[in-house]
Amino acid sequence: MSKKITIEPVTRVEGHGKVTIYMDDQNNVRESRLHIVEFRGFERFVQGRPYWEMPVLVQRLCGICPVSHHLAAAKALDVIVGAGAGDGLTAVGEKMRRLMHYGQFFQSHVLHFFHLSSPDFLFGFDGDPLKRNIIGVAMENRELAVQGVMMRKFGQEVIRLTAGKKVHGTGAVPGGINKNLTIEERDELLKGPDPMNADKMVEWSVAALDFFKGYHKANRKMVDEFAAFPSNHLSMVRKDGAFDIYHGVLRAVDAEGKIILNDVDYQDYENYIEEEVRDWSYMKFPYLKEYGKEQGWYRVGPLARLNVCDFMPTPLAQKEFEEYKAYTNGKPNNMSLHYHWARLIEVLHCAEVIRDLLNDPDLQNEDLVVKGEKRHRGVGVLEAPRGTLFHHYEINDDDLVTLANLIVSTTNNNEPMNRAVNHTANAMLNGHTEITEGMMNAVEVAIRAYDPCLSCATHALGQMPLEITMINNENRIVDHKTK
Amino acid sequence: MSTTIRFKIDGKEIIAEKGQTIVEAAKANGVYIPTLCNFEGLPPKGCCRMCTVKLNKRYMTACTTPAADGMEVESDTPEINDFRKGIIELLFVSGNHFCPACEKSGNCELQALAYRFKMMVPRFPFLFPQKGLDASSPKLIKEQNRCIMCKRCIKAIKDDEGRSYFAYQYRGNKLEVILDKKLGKEISDALARKAMDTCPVGSIIYKELGYYQPIGKRKYDKEPIGSDIEVQQ
Repeated sequence: MSKKITIEPVTRVEGHGKVTIYMDDQNNVRESRLHIVEFRGFERFVQGRPYWEMPVLVQRLCGICPVSHHLAAAKALDVIVGAGAGDGLTAVGEKMRRLMHYGQFFQSHVLHFFHLSSPDFLFGFDGDPLKRNIIGVAMENRELAVQGVMMRKFGQEVIRLTAGKKVHGTGAVPGGINKNLTIEERDELLKGPDPMNADKMVEWSVAALDFFKGYHKANRKMVDEFAAFPSNHLSMVRKDGAFDIYHGVLRAVDAEGKIILNDVDYQDYENYIEEEVRDWSYMKFPYLKEYGKEQGWYRVGPLARLNVCDFMPTPLAQKEFEEYKAYTNGKPNNMSLHYHWARLIEVLHCAEVIRDLLNDPDLQNEDLVVKGEKRHRGVGVLEAPRGTLFHHYEINDDDLVTLANLIVSTTNNNEPMNRAVNHTANAMLNGHTEITEGMMNAVEVAIRAYDPCLSCATHALGQMPLEITMINNENRIVDHKTK
Repeated sequence: MSTTIRFKIDGKEIIAEKGQTIVEAAKANGVYIPTLCNFEGLPPKGCCRMCTVKLNKRYMTACTTPAADGMEVESDTPEINDFRKGIIELLFVSGNHFCPACEKSGNCELQALAYRFKMMVPRFPFLFPQKGLDASSPKLIKEQNRCIMCKRCIKAIKDDEGRSYFAYQYRGNKLEVILDKKLGKEISDALARKAMDTCPVGSIIYKELGYYQPIGKRKYDKEPIGSDIEVQQ
């Protein structure tokens, strides 16, 4: 006799934001929850695989920023093959990886700003959904749309020439890289016909920042107040405090800017960070161990990175950074929509770094790989576009993985995203008994500011599948809307 | 007595030397007949059936059939190519072949054949067999998920006394090719590398070398499998 078996969670499904809002008997918001209903299982199924497969295997977590996973895994394995923790590679090894990483940062941030967020800015959060998408942007502001498409293409080309493919390449291997950059490849990026060259990317990055700053000027109150709330901020910084997305130490500051995690070695991340499991989400909630679950949660990503670092190590980005910091009088910025501002400063920095790296003759060196005494444990940490990314592997004597722990960027932002949703729900829903289109959009915008993986994987053409349920104090559903 | 033989493959005249198989003669004349278990330097086995051709209305393995005067061989026909594609599909569904993360990707003959014969989705259900890997050798990994049991390694990888490093184990649907535990621990570096090169898929892996060849430089990155034979003419 046949029987039907239903398996939940459903693996490898497309992302879907699910929000539940609990109301009290006065119709005020009591609690909001953003449920992440995807389940992947990578940490389990990579066990038993040869360690050198990790950079290629785990990057399949994502199609937007696979390079982050590729490189975080490679950095962890550098430790395992005795090539040091982030600073033991040859010059060409480290610089090729950096070029790949900055290229992917550039394209991912550009994708988020131009393709996903600019429709909100151009047409408003309540704009017609049929217009509020990248096609609508192209119809309304052709130049902006072209810049977005070509900038993303440039970033993808950087990845192709360093990793072999635009998506899911193989450039980084334990202890180094598998190719250098030929002169022809370098010139393709450095001297390509307009607009496909590094100088143009720097110019357009400045223009994108000006576009956002113009929007901010015209909508200051909304941009500053929308889902603004204090939090801790965590990021990696270079040892001298400079902004660095490839290698450095872990630092955290509180909402007032006080350092609460002081430049620690990420090989010991388990001493400082713990993850909490809540029964309504498949995504864990990380927090700083020393400060506990209630006080230790933190933001990651562009906003956090610019709150944590002391300076930007490229001139144009430093100038923008100074203006950005001055806006909050040097204090940490806790405004969710300022993620976009910070992100665009990072775009400019990436463009400058890519241009500088391309002019570095070390990229043509031939000594691609370094190896030393093998170890059984390695941790790789870097800043992915969406925030700090941790990869931790342990292997046995047969070279097979026995443990994998991945704390991905969106996981680090789990609590802040829930807070942002709660903040928005409080502002929009208190005193109401039903959910309107405007409320749905506002929740979507709040989530999108954090650029979570679930949104970039799914809200193609400006729409994020979203399901909101309103539950009253008797635990009964009073309204349910999907889009 | 002349040693030259003349016969036809798909109407094209082939000139061969006496003693050559159809596959060898075809190759020498710039005609590609796909093979998988066949390996230069080893006696042909005819076990994978990829080289199936039609001769006198009968299906024969071209790697084991000697060329003969006046033969009329059918090879590149829709019917035979569909048989070959079916064999590729069967090999895919009977193992666990995840090309995206396999380090042999780009150098894998099975993958290259699947591309050449335009395999999209296999017509057969995936079996998802429970298989493991043996990583106990300091030099090699025997990855059973990807093994197609072509016997190349059994025939090619031997020590000075003629002992095979690889052998069959079990029978029927449990049949697998294993690396001898004792010999595997002592295998020389050169022989371990030869073992990996002999394997048409990613079942024999030389440890810690994965992905060292960049995309674009791998064997089948630019041209389909068999192109090197076809350009001879």
